Amino acid sequence: MKPAPFAYRRPDTLQQALADLAGEPDAKVLAGGQSLVPLLSMRLAAPALLVDINGLPGLAEIVVTDAGVRVGALARHADVLSSSEARRVQPLLAMALQHVAHATIRNRGTTVGSIVHADAAAEMPVVLTLLGGSVDVESTAGPRTIPAEELFLGPLESSLRPDEIALSAYFPALPEGAGVAFDEIARRHGDYALCGVAALVRLEGDRVVEARAGYVSVNELPTVLDLTADLAGVVDEASLAASAETAVAQLEPDGDIHATPEYRAQLVRVLTSRVLRAAYEDACERNAR
Amino acid sequence: MSEELHDVRLVVNGTTHHTQVPARRLLSDALRHDLALTGTHVGCEHGVCGACTVLVDGKPMRSCLIFAVSAIDTEITTVEGLTEPDGSLGPVQQAFAECHGLQCGFCTPGFLTTITAGLAENPCPTHDEARDMIAGNLCRCTGYQNIVKAVERAAVLIEERTS
Repeated sequence: MKPAPFAYRRPDTLQQALADLAGEPDAKVLAGGQSLVPLLSMRLAAPALLVDINGLPGLAEIVVTDAGVRVGALARHADVLSSSEARRVQPLLAMALQHVAHATIRNRGTTVGSIVHADAAAEMPVVLTLLGGSVDVESTAGPRTIPAEELFLGPLESSLRPDEIALSAYFPALPEGAGVAFDEIARRHGDYALCGVAALVRLEGDRVVEARAGYVSVNELPTVLDLTADLAGVVDEASLAASAETAVAQLEPDGDIHATPEYRAQLVRVLTSRVLRAAYEDACERNAR
Repeated sequence: MSEELHDVRLVVNGTTHHTQVPARRLLSDALRHDLALTGTHVGCEHGVCGACTVLVDGKPMRSCLIFAVSAIDTEITTVEGLTEPDGSLGPVQQAFAECHGLQCGFCTPGFLTTITAGLAENPCPTHDEARDMIAGNLCRCTGYQNIVKAVERAAVLIEERTS
């Protein structure tokens, strides 16, 4: 349970960090380390070089505008969770973040790190995908912006190149007329979810014009479904149940040591209708204000 | 080829320590092996059990999930730092003793640090908040009932000692 040896750099400037990464193809970036260090300790990963970005200036910022929330690479989950401005502009952030591991892990782990770690069992990749967010990355070749839908390639595999550092994640603001909700079921509080659902429902007047749900831990990738068709008429038990069946049919949930495919399908069914209802009610409440 | 060593300066319980460690030295191991502060216990070593929890700049973190080289520029508090200046038990430690909040004691350092930070943030937790405060720490002896009682007792002791 000790990591294999690796070389270590703790640069003071982004330029130096990018140069360090460019000089060693088998390098990993260390930010919070709450996912990386266990992987190293279990020797599931053994990079030649770790580039510790904790000494870089300016990356801990959370910049909130009416258009959205930009979370810097060194902003800890706990910082984002406690930002009332972030909560105001995009309430789904705090709703999901309180389910991210335990408070102790949230004190060190970073939201951006959790996203580019690309674990389909993690909450924030799904939140970024559902909201149509993006990640800004940079290498010695220059900066680029990766939209969420192009970010996740496979289990623990993102489209970041090995020489790139993720500098920030951008979560668009809650659209006019929309509501959001999040819920998940785990064996124990703070554990990885067996199934988690994030939902966004947007109303025009009384009518649902957009209903989408994102799924944690159900498939190998963060998955978002458009369930608008089922809820476009009225939102009631029957239409919510229909949306849940649509979700189960489209997702074909995976089985693993923690849950059979049938059990996970039942969780998808129950959580889809529960979370869509909560997002619908959230939208109604916001529109009534 | 011998492994490269890094000079690190760790501030633990108000004392500055200088030591040399390989980059892969976990903070938990640096505290125990290099600084001989064996109060911090190592359980699962992958962030699940909470036994190794220390305070980093006052916030509870898993010392097994931080490299010592990455913990420079921080102030670390271990269970050894929770006693009063005269060496007597701190309020959370005292509450554990009074409420029988431990049996074998292996998990206790992680609970004490977690609860110390928890009560600093929320001095009067409800019963549910007290339970939630320790949700990230595992104890295989007590069944948690007396630990929750100790959280509530510690809140009272802190109130008494500061008033």
